Amino acid sequence: MAEQLFQRDVYGETLVTLGAANKNIVVLDADLSSSTRTSLFAKKFPERFFNMGVAEQNMMATAAGLASCGKTVFVSTFAVFASGRAWDQVRLAISYNNFNVKIVATHAGITVGPDGASHQALEDIALMRVLPNMNIIVPCDGPQTADAIIAAANQPGPFYIRLGRSKTPTIEGKGKFELGKAQILAEGNDATIVACGIMVSQALAAVKSLAKLGKKVRLINVHSVRPLDNAVILKAAKETKLLVVCEEHNIIGGLASSIDEVVAENYPVKVIRVGVRNRFGQSGESEELLKEYGLTAVDIEKAVLSNLS
Amino acid sequence: MANKQLTVQELETKAKETRRLIIQMLAKAGSGHPGGSLSATDLITALYFNVLRFNPADPLWPDRDRFHMSKGHCCPLWYAILAQVGYFPQEKLFTLRQLGSMLQGHPDRKTPGVESASGSLGQGLSVALGMSLAAKMDQKDYRVYCLLGDGEIQEGSVWEAAMACGHFKCDNLCAILDSNGCQIDGKCADVMGLEPLAAKWEAFGWKVIEINGHDMLQILAAYEQAKTIKNKPTIIIARTIKGKGVSFMEGVVGFHGKAPTQEEAQKALKELA
Repeated sequence: MAEQLFQRDVYGETLVTLGAANKNIVVLDADLSSSTRTSLFAKKFPERFFNMGVAEQNMMATAAGLASCGKTVFVSTFAVFASGRAWDQVRLAISYNNFNVKIVATHAGITVGPDGASHQALEDIALMRVLPNMNIIVPCDGPQTADAIIAAANQPGPFYIRLGRSKTPTIEGKGKFELGKAQILAEGNDATIVACGIMVSQALAAVKSLAKLGKKVRLINVHSVRPLDNAVILKAAKETKLLVVCEEHNIIGGLASSIDEVVAENYPVKVIRVGVRNRFGQSGESEELLKEYGLTAVDIEKAVLSNLS
Repeated sequence: MANKQLTVQELETKAKETRRLIIQMLAKAGSGHPGGSLSATDLITALYFNVLRFNPADPLWPDRDRFHMSKGHCCPLWYAILAQVGYFPQEKLFTLRQLGSMLQGHPDRKTPGVESASGSLGQGLSVALGMSLAAKMDQKDYRVYCLLGDGEIQEGSVWEAAMACGHFKCDNLCAILDSNGCQIDGKCADVMGLEPLAAKWEAFGWKVIEINGHDMLQILAAYEQAKTIKNKPTIIIARTIKGKGVSFMEGVVGFHGKAPTQEEAQKALKELA
């Protein structure tokens, strides 16, 4: 059994490490610091942590003001609020200004579970992807979360980093993390699975199962939804002719749309989307919801098999 | 670097020159917002010439006082002042709103002296709060000023910021409310009344100073008093006249977002001679 970690635990711990080395790091949260784990930073560096209360719009623009004075600002709340509630502030005060603000959104996607549709962000990648300057990272596991946070801290400019609520199995052999560079986790030329976030472990299971059926399927982990690694995607399109894109997000506007755009403009091949098919979420346990919404390894495997030429 | 202190009379002359520039810029641009630019002219002229600490040769000087114009549509006023205090040559003013100009229709960091974009109302006080917190953290003594409009403060996010500035006791922050009583669709009192303003800000933990926003003596006294307030932010509620200085624009809602024609501009400039 692989190691299982909460991405948000890793986030909180990484912030503490970064905060010790860099006095310029400031952290804001909107009354969710115990859930997002920014509480770890707050405890260690109270003078550089501000709890902004249940007021996300103010939090985002305050982060912009801090960044204008040279601070590297990490801002956290749940993904629904980080992307939706304060979108106008993120657009103008952060993205348009091109300020050094890192939005780390936790509790993204359907696996938020019992809290239901109001709390399950299935459109946040779409909302962030249309903003120029915004870098978007969707780490696949705990260790990659640390990589993403460190990369964001080191690179000037706005970031949106999308984390889940539940534990994720650590994926071995990913290689070095580099912003904008996708990672090939399995080689093969029969088809390609492209995935981000928690869907990478589901995709890995699908690849193993397909191998038993004699199908060699390539697996690409797109942790950087923006900047997107166009070269790796187009190479896969040319060599495998079928891309199955998996994300814990609406099939509209997220990773699948990004892949569609690149492929359609450069080398059109069939792209199949495994994601939430333009529905809202609902209450349930994570595993039940993944099944209900068609986001399991079995669903990915079916999508590959039924579209192989 | 603080500019040399001007007398009240000199400030009034500067304000008149600022109003002339606003009219000329807007007439040239053919669009823009004269009403609120003219109502806040005396407040911002006094701020830049006698209060703010800055260095146009070094716009990013770390110890500069910060000014942020939250009601971004009144940027013709800001640009006119920035040019006069030396951030850029005055002839640049007449590129306002043109393709490729550093003087965008709403504030943009392309302009030297502009700290942050604005234009979507209700965000600026939060940005100013961030600047205020940064100063406190860095133990810097610079002050933060933020201009708000009275239509603007109908945005809920302004009150999130008001709450937080009070909570964090931002005594290095001074908001300036240009209370001209008008907004696009009519009188503020008719569109969405918010009086009593002073009581609302006080309830959020602010020191409130109410003044006539066209009286230089009162304006200067308010800025000086604000510097002495400890443990709470200050708001100067300046009662002003929309379109101030141009008779046919004064109190006229229609000049919120309509530039003067060439003919109107000539008439206005005569009044401001």
